[in-house]
This record gives sequence, C-alpha cells and structure tokens, in this order.
Amino acid sequence: MDVLYFAWVRERIGLPKEKVTTDAATVADLVAELRAREERYDLAFSDLSALRVAVDQELTDFDASIKDAREVAFFPPMTGG
Amino acid sequence: MRIVVQDTPFDMGAEAEAFANGRHDMGAVVTFTGIVRDFGDGGLDAMEIEHYPGMTRKALETIAEEARTRWSLGDVLVIHRYGRMEPGEKIMMVATAAPHRKDAFEAAEYLMDYLKSRAPFWKKEHATTGETGWVSAKDEDEDALSRW
Repeated sequence: MDVLYFAWVRERIGLPKEKVTTDAATVADLVAELRAREERYDLAFSDLSALRVAVDQELTDFDASIKDAREVAFFPPMTGG
Repeated sequence: MRIVVQDTPFDMGAEAEAFANGRHDMGAVVTFTGIVRDFGDGGLDAMEIEHYPGMTRKALETIAEEARTRWSLGDVLVIHRYGRMEPGEKIMMVATAAPHRKDAFEAAEYLMDYLKSRAPFWKKEHATTGETGWVSAKDEDEDALSRW
C-alpha cells in the first residue's frame, strides 16, 4: 500500500510517500511496524494524540482495519480555513 | 454546489457576484473570506498551505453536502487555496445562499468550523526572520464542532 505523510510528519520522516508491504491488520499495527524501523519513524509516531490518520482518504481511528487498504495517510490535526 | 481547490488567487468580489446573481428564490447570501493575517508586527513573511490532493475535494464535498442536509440551502460555494501566500492575500471563501438569512448564516459558520478541523490543509508560517513553524490546531477549533 501507499503510506503518505503530511506537514511536520512528512518533515520528520523525511519523505512524502512510500510503498509499504505489510500484514498489519490495523493502523495501530502498521504504526508499530513503522516505529520499529528507524528512530525518525519512532519520533514521528511517539505521540499518537498529536496525529490523525486517513485510510483510503477517509478520516478514521488508529484501531481501524487496513485490510485491503490502498492508501494510509498520517498527518497532524488539520488547520484549514 | 461549487468546490474549488487551487493555488492561484481568486477574486472574492467576482465570485460573490457570480454566486448571488440570477437567484429569484434565495433571499439571503452570506459570504466569508479568510485572509492571511500578519502577527501584527510585520513579522510574517508568508503563509504556506499544504494539502492532501487525493482527499481535499472529497472532504470539502462531504462537509458541504452535510450542510445542505442540515439547512435549507439553495447553493454552496467553497474556494480554498494552497501554496504560498503573503499577508493580506485571500486564503479561502465560503458562500451560502438560502431563502432566509438564518440558514445562510448558520450554514456558513458550520462550513467554517468544519473546514478548520476536518479538511486536510496544514498551515506553515514563514517569519521574516527566516524561522518557520507549523500552525497548531487549537482546542477551541475542535470544541467548536460539538455545537453542531
């Protein structure tokens, strides 16, 4: 699946998008896999209350299923308007 | 309903006029325009707005559709820019048309509250000193959603 990062999450991890092959069942499982990779991921995901997630471009929660998901995006709370 | 996501400037007067023009059954048009605001000391060089291209339009459409189910509206316009903007530039506007003003006002406020916290835009401030910082979401913006 494609994993996307926006705003300071993108800056902290150092890339906007990457392909990830995973058997993770939920967003939280995917986060745990990413955190185990490298320190920059660990730091970016250290406080989940400061992050939001969208699965296939719909806002959802960290316990959401990502089975068959094509795209998961992580970003800080939005500041539109 | 018209949803526009663009990096180029827009003409709020022309947009408002085009939106309001030719309606015979709408007694009220409300418009709101958001503008890049300086810190008050001339310290802001520019505002940079990042967005999630695949999701932005869909999120704005969902918010506008929800407004149409809650209030009696004839039409809704949402324009939101992304990219780099200087103080005084217009970031976004919403317009609502309704038979009566209460619906038009309330729907416009609803749109703004949801645009702030549920549309995938992120603002980064560039100070004249060269420092940059992401604008944090405010608790009161999240709290504002609970009144609807």
